[in-house]
Amino acid sequence: MASYNTSDFRKGLKVQIDGTPFSIIEMTFRKPGKGAALYECKLRNLLRNTIVDRTYRAGQTLEVADVTEFTAQYLYRQSDSFVFMNNDDYEQYELSEDQVGNFARFLKEGMDCQLMTFNDLPIAVTPPKHVVLQVEVAEPTAKGNTATNVQKPVKLETGAEIGAPPFINSGDWIRVDTRTGEYIERTTEPEEKS
Amino acid sequence: MSTDSRASAELLERVRGFFAARQFLEVSTPLIDAEMIPEAHIDPFEVPGLGYLRPSPEMHLKRLLCAGSGAIFEIGRCFRAGERGNLHQPEFTMVEWYRPGDDMRAGIELLDQLMQEVAGSPPAKKTSYAEAFEQTLGWNPHTWPLERLQQVAGESIADRDELLNVLLAKQVEPTLGSGPPEILYHYPASQSALATTTFHKTGIEVAERFELYWKGVELANGYHELTDAGELRRRLVTANHQRVAGGRPALPLPEKLLAAMDNPGLPSCAGVALGFDRLLMLSVGADSIGQVMEGNNARR
Repeated sequence: MASYNTSDFRKGLKVQIDGTPFSIIEMTFRKPGKGAALYECKLRNLLRNTIVDRTYRAGQTLEVADVTEFTAQYLYRQSDSFVFMNNDDYEQYELSEDQVGNFARFLKEGMDCQLMTFNDLPIAVTPPKHVVLQVEVAEPTAKGNTATNVQKPVKLETGAEIGAPPFINSGDWIRVDTRTGEYIERTTEPEEKS
Repeated sequence: MSTDSRASAELLERVRGFFAARQFLEVSTPLIDAEMIPEAHIDPFEVPGLGYLRPSPEMHLKRLLCAGSGAIFEIGRCFRAGERGNLHQPEFTMVEWYRPGDDMRAGIELLDQLMQEVAGSPPAKKTSYAEAFEQTLGWNPHTWPLERLQQVAGESIADRDELLNVLLAKQVEPTLGSGPPEILYHYPASQSALATTTFHKTGIEVAERFELYWKGVELANGYHELTDAGELRRRLVTANHQRVAGGRPALPLPEKLLAAMDNPGLPSCAGVALGFDRLLMLSVGADSIGQVMEGNNARR
């Protein structure tokens, strides 16, 4: 099994501990007195998304994790799972609702996401930062009530409900922040990609 | 040019003034040599055909002391492979000095004076290695059994010194020098490096080695220097054995220094190495030495 030596440790490195994939998200090099160097690492568990602190001494090794990230488009939902396809080799991957997380409500067929696999099995998907979606239902706003700091609920084509300004109407296209689930701006219909 | 350049120049000037006032001679020794003082955990850069870039000026400064230089100091670049972090860069500036006649107490006093005069620090607190552990962790590092050390460290490391180092770095160091600088002294004899050892009144053998910490940063390491060439050779051979056991190459011994220590001999003295970039970092309030090193941005 391939491994990394402490001198290879750096931010972003994907390693495995007891069969679980981790990503080094922070690394502090310390060398007390005349002693061996210490590598204090913060590692993100790529399966549970939790963070652990571990200290390694110079010369220790960690196994390489076969973690791959690539662009995949969302194809469709199949009962409890979500099906994505690698845009390069058309390989398909199924992710559970848990793996997709909160973002599921903004998923639209054909949307490009970043998929992460560990030993060829999908473990996580990262949505684009912003997505453009059509408003399916927006209640008309009473005339005169145009204060921009007031929001009203709108329902999007994917079924998600979010808050939007009063001037948004059914059929409008809006940009949404996938991380916060908040409305960003009104925009135009995105061009079909070839 | 940054404002740090001016702070750096002024700090250098104060360091030189401090030593000039005490009749130290400033010297400038070679950066490259075929011989060196091997250490278990320091990796030098090799210069093909010539030897190594110096990890410290110690070998040449001690040869000068043997030749009768009297009190000397050097401010110069040193190089250590694989060291990079907030407090480490592969290339850094060391201030190193030696004064014949000084024992550990005198060495500590001189370091304390330098910090007060050059860095404007309050008088240093002096704490023995044992006291520092006792205050922070509640037990004596010289006498605690290995299994207990492993328990508190949460590590299965079998080497006692390595365990103590991990505990020092993670639990004791962060508490050191939070007010005035703090000088730790009387390290375990097994961590004496190039210091003489002595028997503590409790009967425990300790090293006459000291380190200065300020604001949680290790700034200087000092020894009441070992003058016995035979004992030095034995320790350096051990360091090389540790290197090989840890998968690192053995390094050539400082034969010219060892010969000079045999005859005419190294005068009894205390010596200290201080990381100049770290002192500058603390005096301008930077977070890393990389920030205060001229032209370093391009290589980070």
